[in-house]
Amino acid sequence: MMSAPRDTPEQNDRVLSPFEVHVTSGQLAVREALEKFLDRLRPLKLDIEEAGTIELVLAEVLNNIVEHAYPETGPDGPIAIRCTQKSNGLLVQIKDQGSAMPDGKLPLGELSPIGGDIADTPEGGFGWFLIQHLAHDVSYARVNDENLLKMRLAVTLS
Amino acid sequence: MKLDTKTEDLLRIVSVQDARIDAAVAVEFKDAMRAETDNGPDLIVLDLSNVEFIDSSGLGAIVAAMKSLGRDRKLALAGLTPTVERVFKLTRMDSVFSVFPTLEGALSELGS
Repeated sequence: MMSAPRDTPEQNDRVLSPFEVHVTSGQLAVREALEKFLDRLRPLKLDIEEAGTIELVLAEVLNNIVEHAYPETGPDGPIAIRCTQKSNGLLVQIKDQGSAMPDGKLPLGELSPIGGDIADTPEGGFGWFLIQHLAHDVSYARVNDENLLKMRLAVTLS
Repeated sequence: MKLDTKTEDLLRIVSVQDARIDAAVAVEFKDAMRAETDNGPDLIVLDLSNVEFIDSSGLGAIVAAMKSLGRDRKLALAGLTPTVERVFKLTRMDSVFSVFPTLEGALSELGS
């Protein structure tokens, strides 16, 4: 009789070694970075909703870097994303060498009021709201002429 | 950004063929929507059933498309995948549009 397959390799698969993804800013940098990053998370076998949340939050952070830290009028620059698995989720650190955040701090990420005249419906301001709403422990610092954004993304590893 | 358009008696269906409406294609999407809705029925149903990912820029582009229709015309959304639906719910933009789970449901409800 064959012995039952051991399930330890499956368990081990779910432990992720820290990794980094590097891209250069530009129009397709965000898609490229997301694809690379999500590919590295594949061993975690995240469900579609969790993977979607991670993709969305990271997309918003990266869009902001590509649009504001490295504006089109200036040169492109490096973006580094570092991911470390912790017991309470994924610690993600994003570094760039572009312009600092206005006032050196994170936007509040509040939604504009809706309702009333349809012509006044906001078309923007959703990005930081989504980041603040879906990520935990979001922090920003300017260190040695670099922007460093840290956040924790909760994932369940059942 | 590829959009497929089908015009019925009372409404026009615009189906997004791409899997993503993100910052890379938001402006293109807005322009394509304008081209597809420039004239024609007052009611537009945007079929999002092929869209697997939308970010804040894509969301903003859909809101802009709705606003550019003016006061007398309407944009309804149909076929939102769970990931896309969640972005609309979180930002409360689901309250600004008529949202239908499926295109078929939208068409029968909206009287086509």
